[in-house]
Amino acid sequence: MSNLPETGRTSRITIRLVVIQILVFSLLLTLGGRLWYLQIRNGDQYTAEAADNHIQQVVAPATRGSILDARGVPLADNETRLVVSASRTDLMKMKDRGRAVMARLAGVLGLKPEEVAAKVRLCDAKTPKPCWAGSPYQPIPITDEATTQQALQIRERQEDFPGITAEPTAVRRYAGPGGSNTAQVLGYLSPVTDEEIAKAKNGRSPLLRSDQIGRSGLERQYDTELRGKAGVTRYEVDNLGRVIGKAKSDKAVPGANIVTSIDARVQAIAERELDQAMKDARKEIDRNTGVPYKADSGAVVVLESKTGRVVSMASNPTYDPNAWVGGISAKDYQDLTGKDSDYPLLNRAIQGQAAPGSIFKVISTTAAVNAGYDFNGSYNCSSAYNIGGQVFKNFESKGYGAINLGRALEVSCDTVFYDLAYRQWQKDGGNKPKHPADWFYKTAHQFGLAKETGIDLPNEVRGRVPDREWKKSYWEANKDTWCKQGGKDDSYAGKIAKENCESGMRMRAGDSVNYSIGQGDTLVTPIQMATIYAAISNGGTLYNPTVGKAVVSPDGRRVHEIKPTSHGKLPFEGRTRDQIDDALAGVATRGTAAWRFEGWPQKEIPMHAKTGTAEVYGKQTTSWIATYTADYTIIMTISQGGTGSGASGPAVRKIYNALYGVDEKGKIDAKKALLPHPESKLPKIEKDGTIEAQPIASPTPTPSASASDGSSAPPSEAPSSDAPASPEQSPSRKEDDDR
Amino acid sequence: MSSTTGGYPVRRFSPERGTWSRLTARDSVLRRLDWVMLLAALALSGIGTLLVYSATRNRTELNQGDPYYFLLRNLLNTGIGLALAVGAVWLGHRALRGAVPILYGISVLFILAVLTPLGATINGARSWIQLGGGFSIQPSEFTKITITLGMAMLLAGKVDAGDRRQPDHRTVMEALALAALPIVIILLMPDLGSVMVLVIIVLAVLLSSGASNRWIAGLIGTGVLGCVLVWQLGVLDEYQINRFAAFANPALDPAGVGYNTNQARIAIGSGGLTGSGLFHGSQTTGQFVPEQQTDFIFTVAGEELGFVGAGAIIVLLGVVLWRACRIARETTELYGTIVAAGIIAWFAFQSFENIGMTLGIMPVTGLPLPFVSYGGSSMFAAWIAVGLLQSIKAQRSMSA
Repeated sequence: MSNLPETGRTSRITIRLVVIQILVFSLLLTLGGRLWYLQIRNGDQYTAEAADNHIQQVVAPATRGSILDARGVPLADNETRLVVSASRTDLMKMKDRGRAVMARLAGVLGLKPEEVAAKVRLCDAKTPKPCWAGSPYQPIPITDEATTQQALQIRERQEDFPGITAEPTAVRRYAGPGGSNTAQVLGYLSPVTDEEIAKAKNGRSPLLRSDQIGRSGLERQYDTELRGKAGVTRYEVDNLGRVIGKAKSDKAVPGANIVTSIDARVQAIAERELDQAMKDARKEIDRNTGVPYKADSGAVVVLESKTGRVVSMASNPTYDPNAWVGGISAKDYQDLTGKDSDYPLLNRAIQGQAAPGSIFKVISTTAAVNAGYDFNGSYNCSSAYNIGGQVFKNFESKGYGAINLGRALEVSCDTVFYDLAYRQWQKDGGNKPKHPADWFYKTAHQFGLAKETGIDLPNEVRGRVPDREWKKSYWEANKDTWCKQGGKDDSYAGKIAKENCESGMRMRAGDSVNYSIGQGDTLVTPIQMATIYAAISNGGTLYNPTVGKAVVSPDGRRVHEIKPTSHGKLPFEGRTRDQIDDALAGVATRGTAAWRFEGWPQKEIPMHAKTGTAEVYGKQTTSWIATYTADYTIIMTISQGGTGSGASGPAVRKIYNALYGVDEKGKIDAKKALLPHPESKLPKIEKDGTIEAQPIASPTPTPSASASDGSSAPPSEAPSSDAPASPEQSPSRKEDDDR
Repeated sequence: MSSTTGGYPVRRFSPERGTWSRLTARDSVLRRLDWVMLLAALALSGIGTLLVYSATRNRTELNQGDPYYFLLRNLLNTGIGLALAVGAVWLGHRALRGAVPILYGISVLFILAVLTPLGATINGARSWIQLGGGFSIQPSEFTKITITLGMAMLLAGKVDAGDRRQPDHRTVMEALALAALPIVIILLMPDLGSVMVLVIIVLAVLLSSGASNRWIAGLIGTGVLGCVLVWQLGVLDEYQINRFAAFANPALDPAGVGYNTNQARIAIGSGGLTGSGLFHGSQTTGQFVPEQQTDFIFTVAGEELGFVGAGAIIVLLGVVLWRACRIARETTELYGTIVAAGIIAWFAFQSFENIGMTLGIMPVTGLPLPFVSYGGSSMFAAWIAVGLLQSIKAQRSMSA
């Protein structure tokens, strides 16, 4: 057929036909190329998208592990509640979209039909709450407080309630054994957010929409261990969400249990005594301001001296952790976190920071010895100390004459430390420092201040050591404001601003002097001071405090013990430690705390103590007391609570009384002792994985009267409040800001 | 070859020969058919039937509870289509030449009827006539044939008669007017996909008729100018433009065309080399792709048969087109060439548009894939076209 046809066929047509043919096959080649690109080149991506499309998951949540005290008593566990849930998929398949079933259900549960309907509608931009924010394939809980009667009605008449289930379900419970509360240490749970799901998607433990997450405290710290792994049943669904098959599914794995070193009985007493001490402080009149102490917050920590384990940790004000269970109400949330709340969620033992006052003097003493001063040397405890015309008074202007450093600790003599700090400041070059040794600041860092203790609780704050570096950066940050205000303002505040503007970048004599007695810009947390005093007790090891003692797998077969770790040694020789130890025993027997430990069996249980009263600019003084025995270290602080021994002394003594079984007169009754020695063993773990709980008594009634009535004249400690060397060095407390 | 009865010269088929001997004789019409094209087209219809079944066996809201509903109807449609093809061969394209004005007239009447209350709107286009009993016809499918035949008749008339070497301007204008009438009506439906196919057919018909280059250039120029004007004058609303452009960027119309495009791409992409196996595609079983048995039938092949199966469909379409091109080139009379070229352009462009839109390289329009998609009118029209091509081949062979 190659010859040209005889009729009408021109070469033009032949050429055009070839062009058409080429075009046609180019189109087909294009299709083939694109097909290759989609299916072979990018096939995996689309395969994944197809899987996303048609797989839906139904989650059976894992039972969250319990948090137990040292004797196996559950602090946080789960209780079984009857939860009535509706399967949205089933309801929507019905002709009336489940309306009749929901109306019947509302009747049984005593709710309005609209309330039930509102709970099963899906959340979107236009839907007001309540609505269901989770997966539409997940059974939607209607109530978690169904009675057995209601559950039976639903289950026995299943034909009337298609798609409705009434199942016993585990719900978190904070039991509060023995009257303890432990709220801030335990923390709380709340539902997972979309961002968290997205973030954890590619991690080792992906989150499911139904998951609750630990938000603070132990619930957060050990969240991964406690949570376990939820069971997931995967269904293949079509474009309308109808189930058309079942895919690979995973079984739920319950979470591990956490055994802590908390003793619920001691915890209950610590909480009660802290609360009582604050109530008592509010009855006292502050002689400086002329109004009763506000005692707005406080904390107490009981550590095992030799391990750093936390026996109890209380923070006040507090709250009921069960408020979070089953979703927190808007009002409760406002009460816990709102501007008008007293921020009860804060764990003030690790998140409250304040100037330490005189309990800081163990650090200054060590610094002086390390700088070359003899512990047993003779130092003049005058009633006042004069630096360049500025007078720094001893507390209540009392003088003790020539004494050694031990006695200076006992009577908490400020002027001795003023003198040491001033001399050291001069040695370092005064206002023109040359390679300063900064013994007092260096030692504070060596004691672990301005650094987390590493406790196994989240969001611990670091405190602050106001050394040269800090002063400089603080001045850089504030000089503009200071210089502006100081230039035009003639008031007291204006003068301070001017002085700060001109010399705030320098370490001034007054700063150093004030610092040496724990006043000024120094900030510490109760847990930091607890690790320091526990270290003095145990010979110098700074332990990272631990609350968790062991992670026990749900079947009880694997027990991972959490061993105490340390973050350093105190920078002193054994001899210095013994001398300080002696002096602190002296504080309890003949020093500032002696009146609170009258009749204490010192021979059997040597008690050591140091009191402190810290100045707070614009507020009442912070009360501190640091105490230890060979076994335990107890630190208590009360913001705006008065003096250390006055406000906290009786409370601390009562905790010791309970621990060792000591009565008011000082007699030891071993039978009444709650915990004469720290609990070293773990509670007994049964073969089925359950952990045996020791019996715990119901809470003892709160003693009606407190020993502290202010009638006996307390020996005084800490500096006089009218002598701040540099007035700007009294920052307001950071507790509420640094959460 | 002037005298014809029943499409075949009398002297070759004497009445005394029996049907069987007629069919098996050396010069039999069966021996003169293009069996390669026929088998390829049959294979496409066969694959199509399986794909239609796979796509519809679970669509209870469409198949009235009978999983075989679409399977059986597709088989019936294919059977009717084959019968129409046999009829076209039996009559012969030359015999039909005389009937072209009547056929053209009927097809124009039908598409006009669609615009009256007789017509039914499906997917935004008023292009169906419901016949009752679940049957409906889409007359625009048949205009693809009648326009081709009508234009071929006009353009080839003087040339095949030996009066001219190529169609004169007047003839070309008449042919264009003949095409313009149904195109405008279909544009009113509006069935943009069919209009696009018809315009391409007109272009191919003009090209193959040997009409002067000026006409070709003019036609292309007018088309481009029209598009630019529509674009610039804002005749279309933004949502219409978005719908058009959503094939490239599904986000422009996420609930409509964008959803289709996206799901189609996921279905095809997830098929990989060999697919998930017939009836095992999760996108297909889960009915994620709308209109999957008709316009998006290719996605079933992509997902369940993979690159191998979907590629085979393209290759089979290529075989049909390759044989059609051969027929167009080898036929001796211009009428046959023009008809073949029109059919080639129709099949090629419609296949490219249909598969291209499932692959996300062409805008989404309601065009079926010839032989493969479910749909009576489209199936009948495609098979009639095959019959015409066979007839051209058979008569050319005979006369050669």
